[in-house]
Amino acid sequence: MLTVAFAALFYLATAVLVGGLAYRIWEYAKTPAPLKIPTTPAPTTHTGVAMRLAREVVLFESLFKANKWIWLFGWAFHAALLVVLLRHLRYFTQPVWEWVVLIQPFGVYAGFVMVAGLLGLWARRLLVPRIRYISAPSDHLMLALLVGIGVSGLLMKYVARTDIVATKSFFLGLLTFNWQKLPSDPILLVHLGLVAALMLVFPFSKLLHAPGLFFSPTRNQVDNSRERRHLSNWAREMQTDRS
Amino acid sequence: MAEVKDPDDRENELPDPLAIPDLAPGCMAMSKPYVAAPEMQKRLGFPGELVENWQDRAIEKMAELRGKYRSFRVFLDSCVKCGACTDKCHYFLGTGDPKNMPVARQDLLRQVYRRHFTLAGKYLPWLVGARDLTEQVLDDWYSYFHQCSQCRRCSVYCPYGIDTAEISMAGREIMDSIGKGQKYSNEIIGKVRTIGNNLGLPKKALKATLEDLEEEVLEETGVPVRFPLDEQGAEIMLVAPSADYFAEPHIAGLIGYAKVFHQAGTSWTISSHALEAANFGMFIGSYENMREIALRIRQAAQDLGVKRIVFGECGHAWRAAYSFLDTLAGPFDFLDQRYPIPQHICEFTYDLMQAGKLNFDKSKNDHVRLTFHDSCNIARGSRLGDKPGGQFDIPRAILKACCNHFYDMAPDTIKESTLCCGGGGGLLTDELIEIRKAGAQPRMRALQQVASDHGVTHMAAMCAICKAQFSKVLPMYGFDREAVVSVHQMVSNAIILNPGAQKLAGADAKD
Repeated sequence: MLTVAFAALFYLATAVLVGGLAYRIWEYAKTPAPLKIPTTPAPTTHTGVAMRLAREVVLFESLFKANKWIWLFGWAFHAALLVVLLRHLRYFTQPVWEWVVLIQPFGVYAGFVMVAGLLGLWARRLLVPRIRYISAPSDHLMLALLVGIGVSGLLMKYVARTDIVATKSFFLGLLTFNWQKLPSDPILLVHLGLVAALMLVFPFSKLLHAPGLFFSPTRNQVDNSRERRHLSNWAREMQTDRS
Repeated sequence: MAEVKDPDDRENELPDPLAIPDLAPGCMAMSKPYVAAPEMQKRLGFPGELVENWQDRAIEKMAELRGKYRSFRVFLDSCVKCGACTDKCHYFLGTGDPKNMPVARQDLLRQVYRRHFTLAGKYLPWLVGARDLTEQVLDDWYSYFHQCSQCRRCSVYCPYGIDTAEISMAGREIMDSIGKGQKYSNEIIGKVRTIGNNLGLPKKALKATLEDLEEEVLEETGVPVRFPLDEQGAEIMLVAPSADYFAEPHIAGLIGYAKVFHQAGTSWTISSHALEAANFGMFIGSYENMREIALRIRQAAQDLGVKRIVFGECGHAWRAAYSFLDTLAGPFDFLDQRYPIPQHICEFTYDLMQAGKLNFDKSKNDHVRLTFHDSCNIARGSRLGDKPGGQFDIPRAILKACCNHFYDMAPDTIKESTLCCGGGGGLLTDELIEIRKAGAQPRMRALQQVASDHGVTHMAAMCAICKAQFSKVLPMYGFDREAVVSVHQMVSNAIILNPGAQKLAGADAKD
């Protein structure tokens, strides 16, 4: 019963995450940007724009300019999350890819960094009056969700180890449609339930900042308004008086 | 002004320009511009008064904007409330009103957007801070979307590049569409569309002013520098903000442009049809109005048969020209393609300097110890020259070529981090003087620092709004109102004129 419920939950969560994100990306892509609004100084070539976006994604360049504390906590959380996610590939691959084996030791520490970064961000949300003012309940809940995922994961690693072999065969079973029994360890169930919740809310929440960055006209536009005419379709229709 | 002090001796008496104030909720809620009169609204194609079903109409408009502007949709979806922008707005720094924090200003619109266009906002509004569009919310929109000068400082620091200017433009567009427009901006747009300039200057008055200027410059320099109006076949059409024809220190800049054109030996003209560089259609987020105004410039250039368009010193006007003119009124295939379309007067002057065609007597500006205020819309919404950042380097190169004593203000208050003058984005109106004064505070404090450290006496600006705003607020911060100068005023003071360099309109063709 438990196995069926979680199997269904993960199929649903994956479908919502992938389908929802694809729909959002399609929406963003089809909405025109009728005016050139890059925040200048901006790159004058497409390569330059790719570099600008890469710096935003990898280094959080603008956030670094804005506030060193938010940058420190935010960047540490995201970087650690990435390592943790990559480390989790070991539960979905058989045999485990070699580079996933190599990052294993870092992945374990990254779990702590991730939670520390989140707690830093949460502390600012509670203690800095400006940030407390702009916080809605969902902003706290999102942090609670992520902290819950991180802490339950760490508990399984350091406090109450779960039957990882059985867990892995459950997920491999999901991938191959050859379902296997999920261990009924409560911490594991909390961990997996929270992860599924995160996947489900992703396309409907502020987590859309991830695809949003790539579609942000102030960041992804080339500064070449005097060299190349920029005209959206709806603006072209207004231009009946000229070619 | 202040005497030169060693920076180390400066006891900490001067406040930090970027000091973060304590929150003072609601302290600027009462700051609102006058509402546009019905006939003013109708002239621009908006309802005269607040329409009966304004809530529904506003939501419909929001849906329309969501389909037309990617910025609107992406910016409303992407904010994570990280707080990076919260201390970046000069109006927040000057007032402490939390609704002047960029994210909170956006949230005024985002909370309604979430209520109507997101799943969570529809079913769990309390969870995500979604709200219905009530009268109270509309009231906040009217107050706080008119406390944003659309300077884009927040967009520099946002990790997703969210630009509050886009949101305040959308907010104003929605309010216009339901009949709650702002008197100052909409009256001006009406004047441009009927008379051709923001000030409603008639051609006769303009002609008299230009003739006076010719006489004045001749008397002062002995050189016949021309100020041509509506001259067919001129090489260049100058499009300057209309304030350049009557206000101080703007007019001193206009004299500078004329002297540079004289030295260039190029024929030029002002157009009475497109006497206005400013495009207030941008302030109210109206593509249609922005386009109408831009098309006047195209029309004037075609009617006069000019080959180049050069813009005068104006901040948002240059953004509208540099970034939008080709989109709104192009293609400009009838102009000389060897030059940038449009070109900025500073680019024109700088190119002549590089070509060795301008000579300056810097000592003429020795009474001035100068700093430079980067105008927000030039700094963050456009470019000068062919390299990113030219908008910072070119004006400084010009000023340093004309002036022996130049000192920049604190690095976190200039260039891409520059502070708005406090009067941009349609706020340069008397009833908003309180927010204008508060918004100028960070810039004024940065000026106080450089005055104290280096004995700076003057601040050059290259925007009609900056110049008008500073003339008004400088005295409120202990400076002389004439401490703000035009960039081309410094050029005008120092340029060495060569009699007879100027060509007449049409002369180029006969060469």
